[in-house]
Amino acid sequence: MATNYSRRNFLKVSALSGGGMLISFNLFNLPAEAKVLGEMVFAPNAYIKIAADGTIVLLSPNPEIGQGVKTSLPMIIAEELGVDWKKIQVELAPLHSQMGRQTAGGSGSVRGRFTELRTVGATAREMLTTAAAQQWNVPVTECTVENGEVIHKASGKKLSYASLASAAAKLEVPAKPTLKDPKEFKLIGTRVKDVDAHKIVTGQPLFGIDTRREGMLFAMVSRPPAYGKTLGEVNDAAALKIEGVKKVVKIKNAVAVLATSTWAAKKGRDALVIQWNAGEKLENSAEHFAEFKKLLEKPAPTAPARNDGDVDAAKQGAAKILDVTYEIPALSHGQMEPLNFYANVKDGKVELFGPTQVPGSVRSEVSKLLGIAEDNITISSPRQGGGFGRKLMTDNGVEAALISAAAQCPVQVQWTREDDMQNDFYRPAEMWRYRAALSADNLLSWHQSGVGIGRGVRGDSYVAGCIANYRAEGQGFTSNTPTGWWRAPGANTLAFVAESFMDEVCTALKKDPVAFRLELFKKAKEQTVGKINYDPEKYKSVIELVTKMSKWGTKTPGVFRGFSTWFSFGSYVAQVVDVQMVDGQPKVKKVYCAVNCGRVINLSGAENQVQGSIVDGISHAMFPKITFVNGAVAETNFNTYKFLRMKDAPPEIEVQFVESDEAPSGLGEPALPPVAAALANALFAATRKRFRKLPFADQLG
Amino acid sequence: MAAINLNVNGKTLSVDVDPATPLLWVLRDHLNLVGTKFGCGMAQCGACTVHLNGTAVRSCSLPVSSVKNNAIVTIEGLSETGDHPLQQAWEELDVSQCGYCQAGQIMSAAALLKRNPKPTDQDIDNAMSGNICRCGTHVRIRKAIHLAAKQQSTK
Repeated sequence: MATNYSRRNFLKVSALSGGGMLISFNLFNLPAEAKVLGEMVFAPNAYIKIAADGTIVLLSPNPEIGQGVKTSLPMIIAEELGVDWKKIQVELAPLHSQMGRQTAGGSGSVRGRFTELRTVGATAREMLTTAAAQQWNVPVTECTVENGEVIHKASGKKLSYASLASAAAKLEVPAKPTLKDPKEFKLIGTRVKDVDAHKIVTGQPLFGIDTRREGMLFAMVSRPPAYGKTLGEVNDAAALKIEGVKKVVKIKNAVAVLATSTWAAKKGRDALVIQWNAGEKLENSAEHFAEFKKLLEKPAPTAPARNDGDVDAAKQGAAKILDVTYEIPALSHGQMEPLNFYANVKDGKVELFGPTQVPGSVRSEVSKLLGIAEDNITISSPRQGGGFGRKLMTDNGVEAALISAAAQCPVQVQWTREDDMQNDFYRPAEMWRYRAALSADNLLSWHQSGVGIGRGVRGDSYVAGCIANYRAEGQGFTSNTPTGWWRAPGANTLAFVAESFMDEVCTALKKDPVAFRLELFKKAKEQTVGKINYDPEKYKSVIELVTKMSKWGTKTPGVFRGFSTWFSFGSYVAQVVDVQMVDGQPKVKKVYCAVNCGRVINLSGAENQVQGSIVDGISHAMFPKITFVNGAVAETNFNTYKFLRMKDAPPEIEVQFVESDEAPSGLGEPALPPVAAALANALFAATRKRFRKLPFADQLG
Repeated sequence: MAAINLNVNGKTLSVDVDPATPLLWVLRDHLNLVGTKFGCGMAQCGACTVHLNGTAVRSCSLPVSSVKNNAIVTIEGLSETGDHPLQQAWEELDVSQCGYCQAGQIMSAAALLKRNPKPTDQDIDNAMSGNICRCGTHVRIRKAIHLAAKQQSTK
């Protein structure tokens, strides 16, 4: 085995048995002197496996939750490596403790790994090229690569990567490989189909729920039926009598029933007789909102997140004051694959396999709880049936490990939909009060106050920076109902309230919503007030593009338009939503969406993400809400917790990306935040009624 | 427990299960046909859609004892090599995001095309509104159904 380490890259190259080359930025077995260098902790980690038989495997390092990174991340490697995309294989990488950020969250996979993965591909390409040049005894500079071959044009010689792999593995790792000129990109920016497309449409086992292992039992768990309740006495006699039920184990605040099939486990779980004690207050959503309302009537008790100029003084002499309140319910994630996880705790070792957006966190928690070193815990994730932030929490994986440890057998824990809804980490309920002072033709001040369970407020997003008098303040609220991250956290609600209010301002000022925002961004660029977290020029780029796409300003009889724009996760989005009213109900006919997210990697996947985010945005604006009643969730399944259906989906969503040579920014989330406001603004145009409370369907009758 | 014979994807298979077990779990846990997915357990989301004598049914809410000798087709049996026009259209248009609901979507769409080879948008709305796609691939699902209908008619 020939292993050479570069101090710059810590790239590991090893010969595969049978001849071949494994290139990885992993840090296994690093020589002692290399470990002291600080930069290695953040060293990129992606794999390329080239076997002597010609197989090229690219490992995608981040969890695949439907955001398409199992396709887009390897595309970046393949571009630099110079291989035929149709001939490579892609696998999801297991968790490696030093593989960098193996997380699906914050729309961060592509933007976090773009340069790293290019370097991974370029390093391998350079080594393969060097191996060929040495074999031919020609200068490396005369060699090029194409479709997995090194070519020497002058002599017409060609060698496949497979045949060069063993020789390349013996070479020194280049410290700083040359990246391709982006003008030469052949794969990046094209439409590439999801690597699992065929397996998905033919129903092959791909997901955590499909896990089947030797000796495994299926488990269902009885968890507290309400927040605030704790486990009391358990009678499992009836459960143990059910055919197929093998074991009942207690863990923390729950009881698991293990059986030979999912159905037997469910029957056993449902047959448990458990005394649940009310240990804490059993809370109600109605009380939360009543309390929010009271808090918003008083000045915020803490210093504002931002306070430019003087919003109170600006009211003096104002021609008009706007003062309105927005109300936002809690939401459950409702990812289509109910939670599950496989765990096998045996002889001081743990094998974990299942859906998570944070495999590293699951492992470290399991390590702490079971007292087993992380080195003795392996964890990997299959393709996952949606994430939306739910699996940024570790509970499903950790719980499975505890059950396996207690039951002393491998176990596949399956949640029902009801389990999923009652045991979520919800998008918190919020209430916002927005105030503005207006002159006859201008916005004098903007004052936003928010209150929500565990929420603060940020003060650096638009319209901060655009106007002289601006105040943003927020207050948290303590509750025992758990909260978490729901797709585009923070942004998904802030964009709704801010961009709805902006439309109210425009209406009051009799200004065109697009023209007025452009005016504001011009001010933000030329006379920025304080610090801003956005680039006014990029906002302008998407506003102008969507204006063109939608022919903003033209009118179609019976079609009502709403506009909205938002910046999140590094990307800028502007949208126009066209609504028709049919029997008093809104029907979204078309959505136009312009996006500036830097360079697009996979055009098909990117467009799919944007269209999906828009549908998700319309869905959550229209239908679902979570209501706590005495600590229990009133909406227990999809009959009452409603998502958009095909009949409610816009038949057309036109997406265009602003051409950009900049590095990619986020795309799994940014197209969601603006939708609810664009829809609310279209509904106002259609009905002259403001929709200040989510979800809208409740108010449409 | 009871021995039950089932006609699944053209084969007669025998299982020994609690007769109340929903067909979904018999397919997944006893016959290892895991392409049919669990989503809600109450016929609300369509992830578990299979064909019973060619009609789309929600297998999560169908006790296995009620199936009798009716022909069941699952996503694994929709076509021999994964080349049903809908499967091809789904791949062609790169419909899937997470992919979890898509087997159920395809089974609902296949039942639709069988009884209505040229569905309108309204027909698609009616036939597909029992299936939830949380990722929001609706625009592409609609296009894929139209594409498959077109491909089928030109064959």
